[in-house]
Formats: sequence, C-alpha cells, structure tokens
Amino acid sequence: MNKKHLQRLDLIFKNEHDTEKILEKALARPDDDLINDLISSGLKGRGGAGFPTGLKWKLTSEVESDEKYVICNADEGEPGTFKDREILSSVPHKVLVGMAVCAKIIGSRKGYIYLRGEYKFLKPQLLKIIDDFHKLLDQLNLDFRVEIFMGSGAYICGEESALFESMEGKRGEPRNKPPFPTNSGYRGKPTVINNVETLAHTYSIFKYGPEKFRDLGVQDSRGSKVFSVSGDTPIPGIYELEFGMTLQKFVEDFGDGDAKAVQVGGASGFCVPRKKFDKTVIGYQGKLTGASLPTGGSMMIFNSSRSMYNVLHNYLDFFVEESCGQCTPCRVGTQQLLLGIQAVKKGEQPSSYLDKLMELAEAMRVTAKCGLGQSVANSFSSIVENFKEEMIY
Amino acid sequence: MAEKINLRIDNIAVSVDEGSTILEAAKKINIRIPTLCYHEDLCVAGNCRVCVVEQAGSDRLLPSCAMPVSEGMEIMTNSLKVRKARKEVIELLVSEHRAECTRCYKNGSCELQELSSEYIVGENGYIDLIPLKDLTIDHFSPSIIKDDSKCIRCQRCVRTCSQLQNISALTVAYKGEEMKISTFFERPMYEVVCTNCGQCVNRCPTGALTEKTYLNEVWSAIHAAGKHVVVQTAPAVRIALGEALGMPPGEIVTGKLVSALRRLGFDSVLDTDFTADLTIIEEGNELLQRLKKALVDKDPTVRLPMTTSCSPGWVKFIEHAFPEYLGNVSTAKSPQQMFGALAKTFYANKLDVDPEKMVSVSIMPCTAKKYEAARPEMRSSGYQDVDYVLTTRELALMIKQAGIDFFSLPDDEYDSIMGESSGAAVIFGATGGVMEAALRTAYEVVTGREVPFEGLNITPVRGMEYIREAAVKIDNVLPEWSFLEGVELKTCVTHGLSNAKKVMEAVRDGKADYHFIEVMACPGGCLGGGGQPIPTSTAIRKRRSEAIYQEDSLKPIRKSHENPEVVHIYEEYLKEPLGHKSHELLHTTYKERNRY
Repeated sequence: MNKKHLQRLDLIFKNEHDTEKILEKALARPDDDLINDLISSGLKGRGGAGFPTGLKWKLTSEVESDEKYVICNADEGEPGTFKDREILSSVPHKVLVGMAVCAKIIGSRKGYIYLRGEYKFLKPQLLKIIDDFHKLLDQLNLDFRVEIFMGSGAYICGEESALFESMEGKRGEPRNKPPFPTNSGYRGKPTVINNVETLAHTYSIFKYGPEKFRDLGVQDSRGSKVFSVSGDTPIPGIYELEFGMTLQKFVEDFGDGDAKAVQVGGASGFCVPRKKFDKTVIGYQGKLTGASLPTGGSMMIFNSSRSMYNVLHNYLDFFVEESCGQCTPCRVGTQQLLLGIQAVKKGEQPSSYLDKLMELAEAMRVTAKCGLGQSVANSFSSIVENFKEEMIY
Repeated sequence: MAEKINLRIDNIAVSVDEGSTILEAAKKINIRIPTLCYHEDLCVAGNCRVCVVEQAGSDRLLPSCAMPVSEGMEIMTNSLKVRKARKEVIELLVSEHRAECTRCYKNGSCELQELSSEYIVGENGYIDLIPLKDLTIDHFSPSIIKDDSKCIRCQRCVRTCSQLQNISALTVAYKGEEMKISTFFERPMYEVVCTNCGQCVNRCPTGALTEKTYLNEVWSAIHAAGKHVVVQTAPAVRIALGEALGMPPGEIVTGKLVSALRRLGFDSVLDTDFTADLTIIEEGNELLQRLKKALVDKDPTVRLPMTTSCSPGWVKFIEHAFPEYLGNVSTAKSPQQMFGALAKTFYANKLDVDPEKMVSVSIMPCTAKKYEAARPEMRSSGYQDVDYVLTTRELALMIKQAGIDFFSLPDDEYDSIMGESSGAAVIFGATGGVMEAALRTAYEVVTGREVPFEGLNITPVRGMEYIREAAVKIDNVLPEWSFLEGVELKTCVTHGLSNAKKVMEAVRDGKADYHFIEVMACPGGCLGGGGQPIPTSTAIRKRRSEAIYQEDSLKPIRKSHENPEVVHIYEEYLKEPLGHKSHELLHTTYKERNRY
C-alpha cells in the first residue's frame, strides 16, 4: 500500500536569525498594509476560538485611547496542549516581533506575556531575550516594553477576560461580554490578546507575505497549525501540519494502528470515534461535530485498551475543580455530570439518566458565561453519544 | 441625549436608550424576566444565568441582565429553548441548595423557592449535592446567621459588601465545586470586619444570610410571669412596617404600630424617638463644647470634625478602618442604647418596677443594633440595657403569628414618660436627619432664633446624594456663645459605608474642614437599613424618605429641645446635658479593632 504521509511543515520552529530585519521591515510599513496582510492571510486565533487576527488588531487600532495593551496569552492550560511551551522555548523572538508590530499598529507602549505558572522555568531565559529585544526596539525607535506576568495555575485564567482580572490582582473570573477586549480589556483599556502561536505566525506572514500562508490549509482554515500529539501514539510530540486534514489521515500517521477515538482540542474539545475519522476535518469552518473541528492543537489518541468512561471521568474531575465557580451551569453542571456518570456506572441511576445529562450538557453550552463553561460539556456529549455502552456497563 | 435603540421583545416593539440592557427594555414593556443574581442596587454580575433569553439567529442564549440592546434585535424571553435552559439552571441551583424549605426561616420569602415553584422543579431533579459537602452554619454573630448550605453563589452579598459598603468582609473563596462565599481565612463573621449592617441579609435571595432572630425570646418574655416588657420603636420602623405586611412603600403606620405592640402584650410601648431627641441635646451640646474648646480654649487635644455615633454599623466600621479617629466620634450613645440605659433606671424607678424583672426590647430597621445591644459597653444600668432587638421584618412576623389584622387596627398613642417625640427625632430615620435635627436645636441654642430655613426644613442636608455638604453661618449669637459669632459651621452628610470611607479619607488627607459629619452605614440611612422589609431599591427608599419627612411636618413639635418629656427628664433626673448622670448613662467609649 502506498501510504502518503501528511506534510510536516517548518514555518514556526525554523530558527531564522533575521529578527532585526523582519521587524525593521514591518515597522517601516503603513499600518493598513500590515493589517491587510494579516486579513488576507486568513490567520485565525490559534488558542482554539479562531477569531480572525487581522480583524482583532484592526478593531483595536480603531479605538481611541491613551493606553492600549498587547498581551500574549501563554497560560496554555488545556489538558493535552504543550505547543506554546515549545514555541516560547525555541522561537520566542518570533512572538516578540508579533507583539511589537501589533503595538505599533494599535498604538500600544506596553505588552505582557501572561506565562502559565507551571512554565516558571522559562522565565529567566525569556527575561534575557526580552532584555535584548528591548535594546533592538530602542534602536528602531519603537516605544514598547514587554513584561512577564506569572499566572498562578488556575485553568480559567487562560480565558481572556479572566486573565485580565487576574492581571489586575483580582479573582480570576470571566467578565460579561460585551465589552470585548478590543474596546475594554486589561485595566479597561483596548487590548489585543493573542495566543503564543498566533503571534509567532504573524512573524511568518510579515516575512513571507500573506500568500504563502494562505496557500496552506482549506477554505476558512488557512495556514499551518502546531499540534500537541499525545496518548496512544508511538511518536508523541509537537508537529506543525497543514489545516484541513481528516482525522483518518492524522491517525494513519500518528496512531498505533488501534486508535478507537481521538480527543480533539483537549478536555474542553470533542471526542471523535473511529467511524467518524474520515468525515472529520481539522479546521474552523462548519458545524462543530462530525464535520470540522476547531482546535487549540491538542490531539489525544486513545486505543481500544482505553476505557472511555475513565477518560471522561478524568476530564470531568478536572472541570469540577477548575471551573471558576462563578456561573451556575459550569459550577454545578460539571459536578452533576461527574456524579451522574458515576451513578449510572454504579447502577444508582438508570441509563436513561444519561439522556437527562445530555440535556444538561446542552443547557450548559447555551447558558454558560464564558467560553470555558460553554465548552466543558463538549467532551461529555461527544463521549456519551459515541460510547454510551462504555458509560453503562 | 442618548441615542435610541429599537428592538423587538416577544414581538413587541420597544425603543430604549443606547446602553440599556435587554432586561431594562423588557421591563419597559412590562415583560418580566426572572432574575436571581441581579439586584437593582448592585453592579451587574451575570452569574446565575436564570435571566437568559433567546436572540433570533443566535445559537447561545444571552443573559438579559448583562447584555446591552442593539438595533434590530429580536428577543424571545419565553421560547421553548429559553424555558428548558432556565429550568435546568434552576434545577442546578436547587441541587446545591439545602432545600429544607418548610424548616427555613426564609420559607415564603425565598426567591429560589419562588422560581422553583414557577418552573415546577419536580422530583426528577439532579443529585443532591448538600450531603456530599461539608458546609457549615456560622451562628456566632449576634446579628447575622450565615448558612453556606443554602447559598447559591449569586454573589449579591459579595457585591453588596464590596461595592455598596466597601468592606469586603464577604468575598469569594476557592473555585470549582469548592467555591463559596467566605470571610478572611474563613473566620466567623463576628471576628472579621463585618459591621453587621445587614445589607447582605437584605439582598440575599435565599436563607443563606438571615438576621439572627430573637422572636422566641421575646414571646417568652411577654408571657413570662412577673416580667415587665418594655418596647421601643425606631423612627424608620413606622414608615416601613406596612410594606412587610403587604402595603405599598411609604405608608405611615405609627398609630397601628403602637396598637399592634399593645395587642402583642408589651407592657410599655415607648418610642426610640424620645431618646433621639435626647441624643440631639447631648450630641449637640458635645459639639458646641468641642467648638468652644477648639476656638476659645485653643485646646490642642480637642477632636474635630465630630461625627455622629447613632449608626452601630458606622461605629464598628470606624473602629476597624480608622481607629485613629475614634476620638472624633461623638461619645453620645445611640438612641437605642440611651433608651435602654434609661429604661432600666429612670423608667423602672418611675414605674416602681425592679429592673431585674424588666425586659427591654427594641424594634429596629437594623441588624447591627442586635450587635450594639450586646456590646459590653452597653450595660450602664447594671444589666444588659437592651435585651432583645427585633428587626422590622421580625415584628411583622410577630404580628402575623399573633393573628392580628394589622390594617383594621385603630391608631393608638405611645405611653408617656418616654414616648413623646418631636419631628426632629422622626427624621433620624433618613440620611441627613440627625444633622437637620442637630442644627434645628444647636442654632437656636446659640442664637436664640430658629434656623433660617423655610418651615424648619433644612433642605441642603436632605436627599439621596451620597455626600452632601452644607455650611450654616452663625451670627448675632447670644452673649454666652460669643465665640461662635460669624463662624460658618461646616457640615457633611453621608450614607453607605463606601461613601463614609471617602469622607474619612478626605478628613485624614486634610482635604475636608468640616465641623460635624453625619454618617449612616446604610444607603438612605435607617430607612434603608438591613433589617427593613425586602426588597429595597432606590425608588422604595425614596418613598420611605418622603413618608419620614411627611411625618416630621405633621408633628406639632419639630425641635428636640422642645420635647416636653425631654425637658422634664433633665429637670427631674439628668439635670444638665453632659452632666454626671448623662456621662454615666448616655455616653460610651469605643475600641480599636482588627483590620481584617
């Protein structure tokens, strides 16, 4: 059989020693040109939500304010995701260039990297790189400074508005939206907040132009994506792949030949069973399940030796602890889902109780306050839907 | 003028100002959307998700309390999707709430209970989370009981404590399943900065925060053989009690209140307003004395500005937050405690009742009064001066328990000796009232003339503005007050502890040169007290305030120093303001407290 492998890309991690040149070139260009490049590249947020990056920068640039902020979200807390750590370890200058160009466009003098508490070990080397970067900014006459803000380990603080609250010294709880960060973010000022990978991609776009990026991927999902591959795979690790692959292709390359399910997008993502591998495309567009899945890049492969009940139990355990507790559906809903599957497994509730829980999951999705609350039940619905017998017996 | 936004809610067109929320727009066309965490007095939280509505073309539901309207919106408040989601949310809340409704103090006045009955939360609900958790009841405070097992984490109390009062005694602790409302290091409420103001109690939708009730104790006292039970009623009770019994806000029910208390079996029905007048004499003279010491004696130890001391929430606040200013607080006790001290001394003596056999009960718009009565300083009579404090709400409950048809009661009058009062005492119940009462008396004492305001109504100190300043020029004074000739008396009135904090910071930073400051811990003053009927809102407080000023204007006597019983008690018993007896019974001390 002639098996064609997925193309491994090397846009992000290629260590190009031309920071100064790329930055100088970008800073010399008109803001509109840069924004147009980003928009036409089709780059969307790599944290998982997929908001068009160029539009985000454009909206923030249009708001009048004496102070604006650029924040790099490095709170990478989604279980199964570890790509941002690698990007910050090996190519942090690309992220910094992205932040600086954004600062120039929107008119910001201050940027922050919100670094996940567990990534404290990265701080010394990052500080040194930031220090050198500041010298470069001085040479290029850009009044912009980057600071590191250490997160303290709460999952919810990866949600952008909870992240702002956390930075402001408050309890990390998501805010009501609107207003959106483009108008009112950190300290109530217009703020661009981007995922680490998103910022690194802007570097490539400024360097190679939007076409090269746009040529990769499919339809609304353009460019490459860094995936964190884990689980039952002989080759766990970080891989940059083109958007638009089917899960079938992915599993052929990365699975151990016995994959029964892939959890796409981490604990808050969706579980896809084997029978839907060939119909599931990794990308942003379309309806969520079955057709196309957006993702922050976490791909967990489970083979037939795994109990999907245990997998789901593990995710729900995580959410029961990591919900901020602010809104009812997420705080109580997660507890009820966990207790519910336990009760069904033990026979304390009939299997039809799962149907009630499916309705709860839907209610959580439509009523929860933040992106986390709206997506915590994704893993529940997709696992229960596809592996119902494993929940009962 | 704000731009108008046009939208349709349940197919009814409505036009509202830009920036309005969907909830506000719905209210305008009389569509009621159920809410829980929302409270008119507080910032929007969007926590409970009960108020979700559907927007045409949108997959997710929107929180109507937090979502601003936009042009052309099509909102459905009662679609199947909305009803299903709302019911799920209510069921979830019920699952984390100790639903022992029939045994709950808030039975019948619980917002969660009301919603669950409206949405028919049946027996096929979710797994009861309460047995799985180790939630406790904090009943150590003399004022407030906090039962975490009934808390639905709406954070109304947290917002009340931080936003309205700027105390933050109650905050959110932990996350996820362990998230709860707690205090500094989870200490009991009485050990932390809680001022017992009870604003949280007034806003808690369930039985998680309630006043500590002394109903049983009071019933027992009334029925105990050989006990003489005296009751005093605070100024703000008579304009709010009706609400708790089903009347609209702002009804004056003084006569019926007195009737009801007699019917309940209290032996003496007396009035805190009497000691409010007395407070004015003592506190007014204290102010004049401080001014004399400052202006004539040039005494560097005299502390100005002087602040009022009748709000026990305020007193505890300053003990915690600005202990270096305790010397500025008037040493005069609050009217409740002056009354308590006199009841078991002067009054008991008059009636020839053994003070040991006397039980002193007060009806207050306040939860902090319960704590104040229990302060160790408040035992000047040799006994606890005030034995039990009931809130306006508790009295309403007593009246219901006794089967009294309140509305058909005849009007009655307070007993004499400590039952007469002036209009100046009545307005103690509203923010600015103590200041107005003090000015009516002090000005006249010093100049021999009435305050130069139409109808004695000192309007600059009235109203609901959070910080109000007024200056009164004093001239043509009587000879013994010559040192005050030409002095402009600078006053400030504030209510709500967040505003009190601002005023005290201005004083501390030397940015305020007031002589006299009135502070009430609760928004609107006592009429908006934590022990008042639920709900409360700006509109309700305004109605209560109007009633108070109406009651004042109808009183034949409008000035404290003209209250004949007050005149009499000085002649017969106290002799002179700030005299020996006064110091023994009517003045007190304060103490510094912790900062957490």
